[in-house]
Amino acid sequence: MENEKNHIIPYRTYLFVLAGLIAATLTSVAVTQISLGTLTVAIALFIAAVKSSFVLRIFMHLKYENRMFSAAVIAVTLLIAIVIIITLLDYLFR
Amino acid sequence: MTADIHRDDLASKTGMWLFLFTEMLLFGGLFVVYSVYRYRNSQAFHLAAEELSVFIGTINTIILLVSSTTIAMSITAIQKKNKKLALLLIGITILLGLAFLVNKYFEWGSHIREHIYPGSPVLALRGQGDVLFYGLYFFMTGLHALHIIIGLVFIGVIASKIVRNKIDSGNYVLLENSGLYWHLVDLIWIFLFPLFYLIT
Repeated sequence: MENEKNHIIPYRTYLFVLAGLIAATLTSVAVTQISLGTLTVAIALFIAAVKSSFVLRIFMHLKYENRMFSAAVIAVTLLIAIVIIITLLDYLFR
Repeated sequence: MTADIHRDDLASKTGMWLFLFTEMLLFGGLFVVYSVYRYRNSQAFHLAAEELSVFIGTINTIILLVSSTTIAMSITAIQKKNKKLALLLIGITILLGLAFLVNKYFEWGSHIREHIYPGSPVLALRGQGDVLFYGLYFFMTGLHALHIIIGLVFIGVIASKIVRNKIDSGNYVLLENSGLYWHLVDLIWIFLFPLFYLIT
């Protein structure tokens, strides 16, 4: 079979992403040590989401793969988000 | 049987992703449970979360991030026909995975010494919120640790295939799939870490 896009990602790219991920981790630790109330939760989850997008796009190669994979990942993520939001709406307005 | 054996790397990867989606839904369900219990017991969750060691949690997060990087880099190495470097990077990944488990062992050990574990009478006295927090904590980090163990076995099998030249620069989809599994385990930890250790 023809080996379609056998994209070789340079080692450097991975190391840059790693540096970014560690910086994001330390930032979220630092931010959550300051008490900002509900904002803390939002910031921590936002940083986690940014970190995941880098893991998914670079480490898991979604950026270089068939678009089908990205679309499916987005769909599953949305499904989980919708279930959490609807469940919480139920508890908030009971 | 010397002719070409049919191989479909795209299908193989698709199968792996479909499996990863079921894993995401499994942990997604647990995150729903976590959100509801946290909402209903916010005070107890707040106090209980402060007892977890942010330091060990941060170290373990960095360990997993580095191990994800090394397994990803091993794919580049195998593509460049650098078998030695690929095996070295995979070896580092396995060692880091073991280091994560060792940290987990000490972490759980310190809780258990303080009589905090599911079903503990001491924990029950602290009230329903603490029982729920630690129940979820042990279950979710335990299920995650189980995934680490499975990932280590998976990656170990892949390493032995590389040694035996069953995986090389022309056929490395299995290495990619084991990498995908390992990254998923990392992804789940990226959410477990703030939810249990940081948001207090």
